[in-house]
Amino acid sequence: MTPSREEGAALIEVEHLTMRFGGLVAVDDVSFSARPREITAIIGPNGAGKTTVFNCITGFYKPTIGRLTLHGEPDYLLERMLGHEIGQKARVARTFQNIRLFPGMTVLENLLVAQHNKLMRASGMSVFGLLGLARYRIAEAAAIDKARVWLERIRLLADADRPAGELPYGAQRRLEIARAMCTDPRLLCLDEPAAGLNPRESAELNDLLVSIRDLDGVGVLLIEHDMSVVMTISNHVVVLDYGRKIAEGNPQEIRNDPAVIRAYLGTEGDADA
Amino acid sequence: MDARLPPMIKDSALTALVAAALGVFIVGFKTIDVGTGGPVFDYQLVDLAIAVVTIFFGRLGLQLASVGLKWPAFVLGIALGAVGAAPLKLPSTFLHWFIVLAGIVIILRTIWPWANEAMAKARHSPRGANYGRNFVKFFGAGLLVAAVLMPFMPFADQKTMDLAVLILTYVMLGWGLNIVVGLAGLLDLGYVAFYAVGAYAYALLSTQHGLGFWTVLPLAGMMAAAFGLVLGFPVLRLRGDYLAIVTLGFGEIIRLVLLNWVDLSNGPAGIGGIPGPTLFGAVFAETAPAGKTTFAEMAGIPFSANQRLIYLYYIILLLALVTNLFTQRVRRLPVGRAWEALREDETACKALGINPTNTKLTAFTVGAMFAGFAGSFFAAKQRFISPESFTFIESAIILAIVVLGGMGSQIGVVLAAVLLIGLPEWFRDLGAYRMVVFGLAMVLIMAFRPRGLIAHREPSVRLHPVRAGP
Repeated sequence: MTPSREEGAALIEVEHLTMRFGGLVAVDDVSFSARPREITAIIGPNGAGKTTVFNCITGFYKPTIGRLTLHGEPDYLLERMLGHEIGQKARVARTFQNIRLFPGMTVLENLLVAQHNKLMRASGMSVFGLLGLARYRIAEAAAIDKARVWLERIRLLADADRPAGELPYGAQRRLEIARAMCTDPRLLCLDEPAAGLNPRESAELNDLLVSIRDLDGVGVLLIEHDMSVVMTISNHVVVLDYGRKIAEGNPQEIRNDPAVIRAYLGTEGDADA
Repeated sequence: MDARLPPMIKDSALTALVAAALGVFIVGFKTIDVGTGGPVFDYQLVDLAIAVVTIFFGRLGLQLASVGLKWPAFVLGIALGAVGAAPLKLPSTFLHWFIVLAGIVIILRTIWPWANEAMAKARHSPRGANYGRNFVKFFGAGLLVAAVLMPFMPFADQKTMDLAVLILTYVMLGWGLNIVVGLAGLLDLGYVAFYAVGAYAYALLSTQHGLGFWTVLPLAGMMAAAFGLVLGFPVLRLRGDYLAIVTLGFGEIIRLVLLNWVDLSNGPAGIGGIPGPTLFGAVFAETAPAGKTTFAEMAGIPFSANQRLIYLYYIILLLALVTNLFTQRVRRLPVGRAWEALREDETACKALGINPTNTKLTAFTVGAMFAGFAGSFFAAKQRFISPESFTFIESAIILAIVVLGGMGSQIGVVLAAVLLIGLPEWFRDLGAYRMVVFGLAMVLIMAFRPRGLIAHREPSVRLHPVRAGP
């Protein structure tokens, strides 16, 4: 499948993924894999089926055909799990193309909701919490500390107590990534995180994603149209067109792949266009 | 002369013309029955003329205000008010009111944008935000003190205490439903079903098995919670409007079962002779049944019918406060935050690994439990219950209290309950018009405070402590 890379170290393996909606084949027999501590970009023109692949991986759709394996101890077959279990047990987190924060809740609360399952256990299904036992208070303080660390990393510490819906657009994008990271994911799926960002914010996003890969050691799956992001930070690129995979490789290979140039980057052959 | 004035005058004249054309048949003349010889008309053209002139100036004032000519509009409003209030010899008192009302409407229309702007500015300044927060806090504390002292006030006669108990029952129901609707965002139109379950649980267990109020209270809560769990499980996968319709149906089903299952519930005849709550075994009655003592004997004071009411008042106050404290506490727990997150965005919750069904179910069940507590209190207070008391309109009123109070706001629920339950009682003198006052209050709240009386949401946790108040 991936001639340029050695086998065996995949974090997620997508095999023969097919998704049909009635007569429409949105994703057609797509196979690829993504590795831990790497950024794998999925690119392709509009309607190529990128977000559908994401929705299958994160349980929002049940694939028509295909196997999605998240390797670990134990392995998880994502296509057989309920939507919320994928976040809870397999620890796959995602962000959305159109930002989905909890707009009425504060920035800090958004990050605490992300740590729900951990805190729920610590609060003894709310019983210890209602009684005000120390065990829960310690767990909550730890959760707030973790949120504080992330707020510093996305430079929103001063805005912690503001409603998330009041933040500027770029800050909301960063917050959504931080919120996904607060679930302690093994795989982070980002759906167009750079959409609507200005060049400076986009460069900041690059640094954030690189730090998530290198410092936190999380595998990142990235859908992105912004080629300056894709080509700079991805280790591996998968190209979809009309639901089919047309190329796969490192950014340099993709840049020079004639099929990709034909389908996606235009005829001039300028990958940075 | 301002160039904007002629079109305004033209428009006002047109409005007045329309009013005159419509009014000539309604106000202009009326038929008097003189017995024989066909109708005789009584002409009221002076009334009509005054009304039309008022409408002309009223319309002019509103237009002045809408284009921003504040001072002329304001002066016109004051002038109309003064004319209406002046001791002129107008044909009817209604015309006085009409003119004054026109003046008030113009003045309100003129100052509304100013007031709004000033309020918005105040809300967004850090000092204003602090002020609002402190206000809510102190207001709440003040209300609590007033509620505790209320039975000993000189004005607390039987009628007032009765009303206070009624209002507190709705406050508790509002706080209970607030968990379901305000926090978890589940539109529940059948909340009264759980209230009925609690009421019938106490009525049946006390009259048929001789259990006391304090024994049954937790049982009734648990039973209502069990109903919530069973009903919630199949329906909570629905969202928004669909959930509302199904809960509405369930509310009606419970009522119809109570109405028709005569063996269990005695059907439409209801259950009577329900014992009231006791205090350490003492009953609140003039003469105690065999083997019991009355509260008056135990305390060594003369009997008065008020003692029972005051006791009921403190029970419901306690129950309501328990509901409130529970909600305050649970909001700071992960489950409470998950409820609010679910209200904000269910899809995002799922992506974060939160089980939406379980989370909704807990909110639904806990809300039902508090309705069950309130229900058994209701049965103990009324001593007679029938399915009549658990109609859809009850659910609607409780929901109205939550929505008008401001979704999720605890103090808001109190204010809305006082307004919606208290107003119709206080305005009983108005007779048929009291429901108009009720409706008007609702319309005004929604017009001026579309997000409810208290829209401020206090975060469940803060990273940066709030600086001391202003």
